[in-house]
Amino acid sequence: MDTAEAIPRVSLPVVEEVEPPPLTFRQLFWRRFRRHKLALFAAGVLLLMLLYAVGGTIFFSEAEANYTDTGLRLQGPSREHPFGTDTVGRDILARTVYGGQISLLIGLSAMVVEVLLGIVIGALAGFYGGIVDSLLMRFTEAMLNIPQLFLLIVMAKFFGGRIPNVELAGRTFSGSVIVIVLIIGVTSWMYLARIVRAEFLSIKENEYILAARATGTRNLGIIVQHILPNCMAPIVVSATLSVASAVTLEAYISFLGMGVQAPTATWGNMLDGAYNYVETAPWLWIFPGLLVVLTVLSINFVGDGLRDALDPRTLAK
Amino acid sequence: MNDNHVLVQVEDLKKHFPITRGIIVQRQIGAVKAVDGVTFDIYQGETLGLVGESGCGKTTTGRTIIQLYRPTSGRVAFDGVDLTTLAGEGLRHMRRRMQMIFQDPFASLNPRMTINRIISEPLRAHNLATPKEQIERVQELLRLVQLNPRFINRYPHEFSGGQRQRIGIARALASNPQLVICDEPIAALDVSIQAQVVNLLDELQDRLGLTYLFIAHDLSMVRHLCDRVAVMYLGKIVELAHKDELYDHPAHPYTQALLSAVPVPDPTVERRRRRIILEGDVPSPVNPPAGCRFRTRCPIGASCPDEDPQWRDLGGGHWVICHQA
Amino acid sequence: MIPLLQVQDLTVRFDVLDGLVHAVNGISYNLNEGETLGIVGESGCGKSVSVLSMMRLIPQPPGKIVAGQVLYRGRNLLDLDDAEMQHVRGKEIAMVFQDPMTCLNPVLTIGRQISEALVVHTGASWEDARRQTVRLLEMVGIPQAADRLGDYPHQFSGGMRQRAMIAMALACSPSILIADEPTTALDVTIQAQVIELVKSLRDRLGMAVIWITHDLGVIAGLAEKVIVMYAGFIVERGSVDDIYGDPRHPYTLALLKSLPRVDRSSHERLATIGGMPPDLVGLPAGCPFAARCDYRVEHCLQENPHLRSILAGHEIACWVDVAGRHEPVTGREI
Repeated sequence: MDTAEAIPRVSLPVVEEVEPPPLTFRQLFWRRFRRHKLALFAAGVLLLMLLYAVGGTIFFSEAEANYTDTGLRLQGPSREHPFGTDTVGRDILARTVYGGQISLLIGLSAMVVEVLLGIVIGALAGFYGGIVDSLLMRFTEAMLNIPQLFLLIVMAKFFGGRIPNVELAGRTFSGSVIVIVLIIGVTSWMYLARIVRAEFLSIKENEYILAARATGTRNLGIIVQHILPNCMAPIVVSATLSVASAVTLEAYISFLGMGVQAPTATWGNMLDGAYNYVETAPWLWIFPGLLVVLTVLSINFVGDGLRDALDPRTLAK
Repeated sequence: MNDNHVLVQVEDLKKHFPITRGIIVQRQIGAVKAVDGVTFDIYQGETLGLVGESGCGKTTTGRTIIQLYRPTSGRVAFDGVDLTTLAGEGLRHMRRRMQMIFQDPFASLNPRMTINRIISEPLRAHNLATPKEQIERVQELLRLVQLNPRFINRYPHEFSGGQRQRIGIARALASNPQLVICDEPIAALDVSIQAQVVNLLDELQDRLGLTYLFIAHDLSMVRHLCDRVAVMYLGKIVELAHKDELYDHPAHPYTQALLSAVPVPDPTVERRRRRIILEGDVPSPVNPPAGCRFRTRCPIGASCPDEDPQWRDLGGGHWVICHQA
Repeated sequence: MIPLLQVQDLTVRFDVLDGLVHAVNGISYNLNEGETLGIVGESGCGKSVSVLSMMRLIPQPPGKIVAGQVLYRGRNLLDLDDAEMQHVRGKEIAMVFQDPMTCLNPVLTIGRQISEALVVHTGASWEDARRQTVRLLEMVGIPQAADRLGDYPHQFSGGMRQRAMIAMALACSPSILIADEPTTALDVTIQAQVIELVKSLRDRLGMAVIWITHDLGVIAGLAEKVIVMYAGFIVERGSVDDIYGDPRHPYTLALLKSLPRVDRSSHERLATIGGMPPDLVGLPAGCPFAARCDYRVEHCLQENPHLRSILAGHEIACWVDVAGRHEPVTGREI
C-alpha cells in the first residue's frame, strides 16, 4: 500500500469562515414530515399495530392461539373471547396477534427481497446501459406483462408443499411462509427496478460522477458511494409502500387458499376461514379484515408523508 | 520550467460523437466532430493554456486526454505510456497521476458527501492511506488550499463557490498527481474570487511541481497564468506559441480577431482600439467547412485554397496552421 | 435641463426565510439624455435588483421598495399604476437581459413578437409593423431579415437571439435602454459584435444606455459615467476616466488591481481582496467593505460613510482617501 509523500507545510493564511450549518438533511426531513398530520397519525397507528402483534404475546401464548375446542366454536364476542371464536373454537383475538406477526413479517421480508432485486437490477441497467440495459429491461417488461396474481398462484401451487417447516425465535413457521415471501418479492421488484434505473440514468449525468471517474473510483464504488445515496428517497418511499402491498397480496393468496397453510395463522388465511360464514359469523372476518385495512392504510399514509418530506427539490440545495 | 521533459504527447487526437437515428436498430447518420485531429506536447512543470470559444472542443480535448472519453482515433502518451491502449485496471491505476478540476463548483461535488469523503476519495480509490491517515491527509490538504480543517465534516452546500472550488482542488491533489487538467476552473466565480483561486493554483504549482493544462475562454487570465498557449477553433488547433509571443504577435487571423475582441479595463486603451469584427456565427461541428475551418469567417480567407492548411514553424516555438501566415 | 432619469434614495429589501435582505440601500444617481452609464459590481451587490425594482419587475412580496423615487422626465415611476407602467416599459424604457429566453416567447415567431410590441405601443397596423420589424432586424445585423420573420427563437443562435432581443427593445425607439449583463454568457467575439451594435445604435438614435455588468473591461469601452456598487451601496461614482485612471475607493482600487490584462505581460501574483462578500441579511454597522479593506481605520467600523465629492464629478463613500497611496493602476500619471 502506497503512502502519500508528505506535503510541505504551508503557512498560508486560512481563508474565510463558514457559516454554521442551517439544518442537516435529517433535521430538515423531520421538520417536513412533522407537518404531515395524517402521516404522523398513521405512523402512530402503525406503531400500535406493531405493539399489538409483538406485545400481544405477553397475553397469549402461541399454544393458546392454536388451542382448539370445538365445544366453543363460532361464539360471538364475549368477555373471555373479545373477538369471538372461529370454526374450531380458537380464540380469534389471540390468533390475530400471532397472525399479525406472520402477516407483518411477510410484509417486511417480501419488501426486503423486492428492494434488493429492484436495486440490483435497476442499478445495473441504469449504470451500464447498452446491451445490459436492453436485456434487463426486456426481462423486466416481460415480468410486468405477466399478471401478478396469476404468477403468484402458479408459483404457490408449484412450490406449495415442498418447503419444510422452519424454526425461528421460538416459533415454528410453516415452510409456506418462506415460499410466500419469495413469491411476492420475486413478482413485485419490477416497479422499483424501473424507478432505480431512471434515477441512475439521470444521476449518472451529473458532473460529480464524471469527477469520481476521473479520480479513479471503481464502478462499484461509484454505484454504492455516489449514486445510490442520492436516490434513497424514491427507494425508501417505494419500500414503504411495498410493505403495504405485500400484506395485501398475502391476504389475497391466503384467501384463495394458496397461502400460508394451517395451523399457522395469518390475517389472510383467517379471512379465508371466514368464507362460508360471512353473514352468520361476521366476527370471523371483521376483525382480521379491519386489521389488514388499518395496517395497509397507515402504511400508505406514512409513505405519502415520506414522499413529501423526502422531496429532493427542497431538501438538497 | 527549464525542464524539457515531455510529460504528455498528444498525436492527431480525434473525438467524434456519433449522431444516431432509428428505433430498433441505431444507425449512425453523422457525427459531431468535437475534436478533429489535435497534436501538441505538454512539458513537465509548465502551464499550457488551451483557449477558444464555445464549441471549439477544448473541454472535450481535456477530457479525452485523460480518457474520460475514449478517443475515436489518435494517441495520448503520458510519461511514455500510451493511454489509448490501456483499459480497466491499468487505466484506473494511471489516473492517480493525472487529475482534473472542473468548472462548476456546484455540480462537481456530490451534495450528499461530506468534504472529508469527497477529498479522500482518491486515497480510497487507490489505496493510498489507512482510514486514520486519510483524515490527517484531508486536513493537510484543506490547509494547503487555505480552508480551515475544522470544517471537514460539512457538506458542499454550506460553502461558497470559491470555497467549493478549493475543495475540488484539494480533491485533485490528494493522490499527488503530476498532471492537473483545469477545465475552466474560475469561469463560474466572482471576479474578486477568481484572483484568489488563480493565485492558489500558481502557488501550488510552484510548491508541488505540478503540470497544468489550463482550459479557459478568459484570455486575460490565460495570459497571466500560462507559459504557452494553444488556440482552438472548431476542433483543431490553429496556433501555438509562448504566451508573450502569441499575445503580442498573433499570426493566425482567428487569434488576431479573438485578441482584438477582448475588452481591456482601461478607457484610454479602449478608445484607441481597432476591433476586428468577425461576421456570422461559428459553423456547426457536425459539418465543418472543408479545408481550413476558419475560411468562411476569415477576413483574408477569400483567396485560400480548398486543402487543409499545414503546420508552419515561425521559429521560437511559434506554430501556426494557416495558408497565409 | 432636468436629467432624463433621476434615481433618489432607492432602497429595496427582500423578506425571506432567513431574514430581511438589504439588497439596495439608498442609491441615487442621474442619467442625462444620450448618456451611457455603467453600473459595475459583483454578484449580490444589488445592481440588477436596483434596475428591476425601478422597472417594477420585482415581485412585491418578497421584494419591497421601502423608500426612494425614480423620476423619469419628472414623473415618479414608483407611483404609476400597472397600466401606465406597462406603457413606459417598452416604449420609453426598454430592457435587455442576459438570457434572451427570458423575454422571447419560445412558441411565437420572432417576427410576431417584435411586431406585437409595435402594434401595442405605437398603434401601428400589423402591415406597417411587419415592415418596421424587417428594418429593425436588418438594423441589428440579422442577415436575410425578411426570411427570418417566421423563425422561432430556438432557430437563432445565441448571438442572433441577443440581437433579436435588442431589436425588440428598440422597436419603439425608447429613450433609455437598460441592459442587464446582456453579453455575459456570450463568446468574446460575439460579445464584441453585440457591443459594437449597441454603440452604433446608441449613436444613431441618441439613446441613453444603462449597462450593468461585472466585467470592468466592457464598461471601459462603453460607458461615459460609471457607478461602482458593493453590498447594495454605491461606493464610487465618476467619469469612466476617473474611475479607471484614478480610483479612490479601496474596493474599486482592489478590483482593478486584481484584474489581469490581455495587453500586458504579467510577472507577479494578482492582487486579491481577502475575505468574502458580506451577508446582506445582517449588514454590520459601519462601512460594508471595512472587513476586507486594507486601508480601514477605526471609524470605518462604526459609521457607514455617505457619498462625498472629492473632485468635480467624482464621489466616493469612504472615510479615507487613498489618493497617492498606491501605484498608478493604468500607467497614467495621477
